[in-house]
Amino acid sequence: MANGIAAKAPASSPARRMTMQKLMRRRSTTALALALPLIVLISTLVIYPAFYAVYLSMLDRTMEHFTGLRNILFLLHFDTFWMVVKQSCLFAITAVIFKALIGFVTSHFVHNLPAKGQRKWRGMLLVPWVIPTAMSTIAWFWLFDPSYSAINWLLAKFGIESIPFLGVPGWARFSVILVNVWYGAPFFLIMYLAALKSVPDQLYEAAAIDGASWWQKVWYVTLPMMRNIIAITMLFSLIVTFANFDIVRILTYGGPVNSTHIFATWAFALGIQGNNIPMGASVSLFMLPILGVAAYFILRDINRRGSSV
Amino acid sequence: MSASAQAIGPRAAAKPSSLKRSRRWALWWSYVFLVLFAIFFLMPPVYMLIMGLKTSGEIAAMTNPWWVFHPTLENFKALLGSTQYLTFFRNSAVIAVAVVIITMLIAVPAAFSLGRMKFWGSTTLATGVFLTYLIPDSLLFIPLFKIMAWVHETTGIALLNHWWALIIIYPTLTVPFCTWIMIGYFQSIPKELDEAALIDGAGYIQMLTKIFLPVALPGIIAATIFAFTVSWSEFLYPMAFTVSTDQLVLPVGIVTTLIKGDVYNWGQIMAACLMGAAPPLIIYAFLMDYYIAGLTAGATKG
Repeated sequence: MANGIAAKAPASSPARRMTMQKLMRRRSTTALALALPLIVLISTLVIYPAFYAVYLSMLDRTMEHFTGLRNILFLLHFDTFWMVVKQSCLFAITAVIFKALIGFVTSHFVHNLPAKGQRKWRGMLLVPWVIPTAMSTIAWFWLFDPSYSAINWLLAKFGIESIPFLGVPGWARFSVILVNVWYGAPFFLIMYLAALKSVPDQLYEAAAIDGASWWQKVWYVTLPMMRNIIAITMLFSLIVTFANFDIVRILTYGGPVNSTHIFATWAFALGIQGNNIPMGASVSLFMLPILGVAAYFILRDINRRGSSV
Repeated sequence: MSASAQAIGPRAAAKPSSLKRSRRWALWWSYVFLVLFAIFFLMPPVYMLIMGLKTSGEIAAMTNPWWVFHPTLENFKALLGSTQYLTFFRNSAVIAVAVVIITMLIAVPAAFSLGRMKFWGSTTLATGVFLTYLIPDSLLFIPLFKIMAWVHETTGIALLNHWWALIIIYPTLTVPFCTWIMIGYFQSIPKELDEAALIDGAGYIQMLTKIFLPVALPGIIAATIFAFTVSWSEFLYPMAFTVSTDQLVLPVGIVTTLIKGDVYNWGQIMAACLMGAAPPLIIYAFLMDYYIAGLTAGATKG
């Protein structure tokens, strides 16, 4: 835009160049001033704490002596730690896969409906995402409750024996995943529905003329067109699910016998409740590799799209 | 379509009807499955309502948990009369409103600067902002806890166990994403608008307030809703930083104080959850399109 003005006045007199320079200077200083609060906030409350966490993880329990990697090495020889690693991966990966599947299926169903009814259904199905997780998880906690369990009451009506949802490691793992899927699937539904709407109808018509079956349409038209959104939503969700805290904290608090602890809840139990801040920091740092990988792919996608536009 | 159908002649007669029939089947199946999914998705909130309307006596009698035989508003009344619950509610409300204001004051100018007034490093910075959005709270709560303790030691300002301290912390959750969606909105505004403004002699600040804010209003509403819902439902930070009952926000207050050991007053807990979930639900009911726009903006724009 500055070039445009300059081109219109090719005889650029020195005075004019001065004002242009002043404008440019003013422009970048204003820009920096406008962005400054953001830069300050992010560097003091996000970037600095992130590096501080690395430093904290290298202290001993009293936080007076520097111990290097001893905390990390200690964790690597600790059975509970490996259980937490396994449970975190199981929790995040299973939950994301099921969220994506349910989101994909339900988005197709909603997309099938006549346009008038879609709004109503979409509005209804997004409710789990809108309710604060802490509160809906309390409701789930009670739905699972052994003595009052409303789900077991229903199962009993069908003659199925009552299930100790939160009392046995296997079922407890299933329950935390179920609640996470319940909470997160609507987000996928909304994203995939938006993606479905952006697929041009002509492609389906062309496929129909070529005699494509329903499966072929999904496989050769829908999936390739939605590939980007599917990938990015799953990566986002992987990060958020991996770092989840509320659901496990409220539903099982890591129990029975630490079997449902994930990184965030275990770090909380060690760091804040156990008053061993360096150990808690070390545990939470183990989230970094997965976050880094997911962030790399998300960023690559954004850059690619940025250059293609 | 109809022209081509006529051209094909008699064979076309069978085709549309079979198409219509298969479409009707698809529709029918869609409804069946959507009803099943809706039951699954709406089960906890409905359960909250059912239990919130029950008396403790009815819950203890273990009658059908899916039906209310003697509905009562006692639980809701008791909560609205309890200073403790109202304190939680007030803390949450003040924090959410303050965080929304701070977030918008930081995010909108920054998004305008990063998205519209290119300067040295602005693209890198925009990407950096997005990356910080990916750093989860569960990675930062321990160092932040230590930093708050350190601030107390050096300056005497007690941040831990004070609900207002959360107003300083929450913007880290909201600002990056809000800046990111606002950048998208600002970039979608045609370049001609700011050229026209510049020719008319408007400064950059005027350009932002007089042109960009009104045009990007849908984006601003979407970002506001996002900031509000995030600060309303945040659980980890208040859980880690506040302890005393009068300093808690709603989600933590319900989890830690209403659930007391073996005295589960479930009717009241469910009523508390339902009322606590009401503000985001009401906003969602009235501004659904903006809510969804904010949700999808993160990934589809960018």
